[in-house]
Amino acid sequence: MSPQERPIPSPPVNPETKPFWDAAAAGKLLVKKCSACGERHHYPRAICPFCGSERTEWTGASGRGTVYSYSVFRRAPIPYAIAYVTLDEGPTMMTNLVDCDLDAIRIGQAVRVVFKPTEDGPPVPMFTRA
Amino acid sequence: MSIKGKAYLAGVFEHPTRKADTQSLAQLHAESALGALADAGLTKDDVDGYFCAGDAPGLGGLSMADYMGLKLRHIDTTETGGSSYVIHVGHAAEAIAAGKCDVALITLAGRPRAEGMATGTAPRNYGAAAPDVAFEYPYGPTVVNQYAMAAMRHMHEFGTTSAQLAWIKVAASQHAQHNPRALLREVVTVEDVVNSPIIADPLHRLDCCVITDGGGAIVVTRPEVAKRLNRPLVKVLGAGEAVKHQRGGKIDLTHTGAVWSGPAAFAEAGVTPADVKYVSIYDSFTITVLITLEDLGFCAKGQGGKLVADGNLIAGVGRLPFNTDGGGLCNNHPANRGGLTKVVEAVRQLRGEAHPKVQVKSCDVALAHGTGGSLATRHGSATLIMGRE
Ligand SMILES: [Zn+2]
Repeated sequence: MSPQERPIPSPPVNPETKPFWDAAAAGKLLVKKCSACGERHHYPRAICPFCGSERTEWTGASGRGTVYSYSVFRRAPIPYAIAYVTLDEGPTMMTNLVDCDLDAIRIGQAVRVVFKPTEDGPPVPMFTRA
Repeated sequence: MSIKGKAYLAGVFEHPTRKADTQSLAQLHAESALGALADAGLTKDDVDGYFCAGDAPGLGGLSMADYMGLKLRHIDTTETGGSSYVIHVGHAAEAIAAGKCDVALITLAGRPRAEGMATGTAPRNYGAAAPDVAFEYPYGPTVVNQYAMAAMRHMHEFGTTSAQLAWIKVAASQHAQHNPRALLREVVTVEDVVNSPIIADPLHRLDCCVITDGGGAIVVTRPEVAKRLNRPLVKVLGAGEAVKHQRGGKIDLTHTGAVWSGPAAFAEAGVTPADVKYVSIYDSFTITVLITLEDLGFCAKGQGGKLVADGNLIAGVGRLPFNTDGGGLCNNHPANRGGLTKVVEAVRQLRGEAHPKVQVKSCDVALAHGTGGSLATRHGSATLIMGRE
């Protein structure tokens, strides 16, 4: 176990979000796109938060993005980096930055998705330097 | 309809305890209520409106009305975290103006210290049904590392420094030295803050508020009642509230909901930031104060670092005295919710009842602002402008 790894709590899965987690288990990152207004959003919802339409679809994401902000939680027993990453597709998502030097993280860095196992649920998308 | 001048803050009370080993949660609420009613010169039988938030035990307003023996014709349990109580004052003024109640009681209490709660450093989980939880909780979002991300982005965009943030804590500590109830009364320097251990980059231990037990209460009443009471008259001039969230992934960490609640409150009050003599600004962390002051219009966006530096927030020294009780950073942050005590100190200032060492001269207009939830995800913002009559 590298020094930055910590046990990852499992995400609760419900019928609305199950496709996201099924894709994550297959190593794919999905985002929701609204067919009515064309906007992509995250976290994924059945109902578009921009226009209220129920015509939302799962679309594939490249898994590439940039660091919008981050913080290394130094006081934790195993320090880790929480971050917001802006996907190339548009939405910004909360995540962790992993498999990298925590002291070398900078806002604006290019990152790519990696999936990390959780305690007893589907893997969750995290990001590492591209 | 405006609430300007339609309601008065007749009683305020800050519970003196900072660690409640021997009181129950309901008891702390009720002790606070009695304190505020005594301050106003009213009794519990005068209360016909009750306001509380998620910190109240059991079924909230129902449980507390039962415990205290209140007979109510108006109840409001609006929950926006630590900003709830600032919102409650505005809602109480609305209810009074609409004739729904005459004497509104607002209470807050909690005992996170006695319960050993890791307030800022353990990830918060609001339950599996929270729509965001699966997409946040696995990443270990704590209160402190979320606010830290806002600080990190502000530093990136505007060049804000840790030393500038430290001045906010320095000012709070300068005030707290005069408050015998303050949890932390030691005066600190910028060097003390920036040399304290990093909790979550870029926030240091001394950028974070205290964890305390206790509570507080506020009594809001209609003008006819307030003018019968033998207390200085402090009235509501304007109130604004807003909810800021993640906007479907269009994240922006450099603004708070104060950009909406502030202008609404100023417009209703008919005053501008230049008219405000004293501000109580929610200070969960130093960064909370800096961003809020920008959003309320006390300086341009990005200039908050310069605004707070060099003692400018210290009463008797700078041009914008803030949190003269020592605030959440030094005095008290009861139940991890600091909105109520923000209103209490603003009322003390308007009455001329703040500690003489920190009393603002000719304090005729004051502002209290609450921020509840998380700057980094979703939060409630509430701005309240009050005036002395
Ligand atoms: Zn849409």
